[in-house]
Amino acid sequence: MFRTALLVAAKDLRIELRSRVLLWQVVPFGVVALLLSGLALGPAHAGNSSAGPGLFYLVTLFVALLMINRSQAIESTPGTKASIATLGLDPAGVFLGKSLALCVELWATGLVLLAGAILVLHTALHGALVALPSIGVTLAAMAAAGTLYGALTAGGDGAATLLPVLTLPAFAPLLIAGERSFSAALHGGALWEWWVILTVALVAYLAVGVLLYGVLEES
Amino acid sequence: MMKQLSQRLLGPVTLVLLGLTFWLGLWVTPPDRVQGNLVRLLYVHPAIAWVALYVSFGTATIASALYLWRRTRSYVMDRIAHCSMEVSVVFIVLTLITGSIWGRPTWGVWWAWDARLTSTAILGVLALGYLALRRANDDPALRARRSAVFAILSAINVPIIHFSVQWWKTLHQGATVFTSSRTVLVHGSMAWTLLFSFVGFTLLFFWLLRARYRLEIKREESSSAQLDEALASRRSEGAF
Repeated sequence: MFRTALLVAAKDLRIELRSRVLLWQVVPFGVVALLLSGLALGPAHAGNSSAGPGLFYLVTLFVALLMINRSQAIESTPGTKASIATLGLDPAGVFLGKSLALCVELWATGLVLLAGAILVLHTALHGALVALPSIGVTLAAMAAAGTLYGALTAGGDGAATLLPVLTLPAFAPLLIAGERSFSAALHGGALWEWWVILTVALVAYLAVGVLLYGVLEES
Repeated sequence: MMKQLSQRLLGPVTLVLLGLTFWLGLWVTPPDRVQGNLVRLLYVHPAIAWVALYVSFGTATIASALYLWRRTRSYVMDRIAHCSMEVSVVFIVLTLITGSIWGRPTWGVWWAWDARLTSTAILGVLALGYLALRRANDDPALRARRSAVFAILSAINVPIIHFSVQWWKTLHQGATVFTSSRTVLVHGSMAWTLLFSFVGFTLLFFWLLRARYRLEIKREESSSAQLDEALASRRSEGAF
């Protein structure tokens, strides 16, 4: 299972490295969205560091949607599903591999957006560094959940519009816990409660994915 | 025989219990010391929320899990999950409406950014998403599989809603009956009214579920008959 996971993750990341969609399309979108969020708040509030964590996660959420779509688009190219079926790859491994690749991409984009939040939204550097592990877990949970929701909507009528409808409400608990832990890192407060919620969410999504991804891939 | 009898009795018993709840809640029970007559809304709101979050969502999740398990896989389970989720949407909307009506005079606003309110609304959107997902897939087997997985994924939100009051310590009040100290904080006629309400609304859910299930079978039969008719008509065209 883990060998398959590594193979699938390496395949997805290699495709991403060659196509550079992440670098030239997704990251610029995230940066523009971050700037627009600041403009929407107005100059008086945009520089207020208390708005930083919420805006950071909101933008990351939209960026994640693009990435999930992209991750599923790779699988929907002609012949991919047939190849996976012929190779007899373990579906749990495929799920873990796709989640891992999406997670690495989200981490990379997250770092850029975090740097943007420090620069544009005046988020304190020290607080952002303290929040880094919790951001990592939140994005990992998003990647696991996103891989599942992406597979759920792939190929259906209006998949591109259905994905946000299904994914955004499911991401809400992650958004709340991620934002609260980031705020706690910036302004002080208990971090462990949010860590528990985020870790439980990550484990739950990974467990459901390992168990049920095969069902989604059945033909 | 027993099954038929229980099916026949389900409707009347539900109506009697709900009638009893409204009679006790509106006329027999006294006003609350703090909330006054507003407390009367609390005889229906928790019971509706109980059905929305636990009974209907629970039924949909269990039916979905049974569909995914190969031994029990059948379209009966898929239909039960689908119908439960539809009824769940109705109860979630009712939960939000009754909660809002109670919240306006108590909290001063129709909507507060309270953890339980927000998470219940999110669950409502997830239930609507389930129905949208079903409409997006024409193949019955694929539709059943995907919606079953989605129902199980959505159920992850139910414990979050349940514990949100403790985790976030926001406006919504804590448990009155199922408290962590196992002390029931409601007594006398108020407790009885609450009990009738919980049982009545639970039976109402099963009554609605049964009606919706029968309607779904009729709908499937009708589409199948329409398809047969269209095929027969096409064949007869070919004969000429």
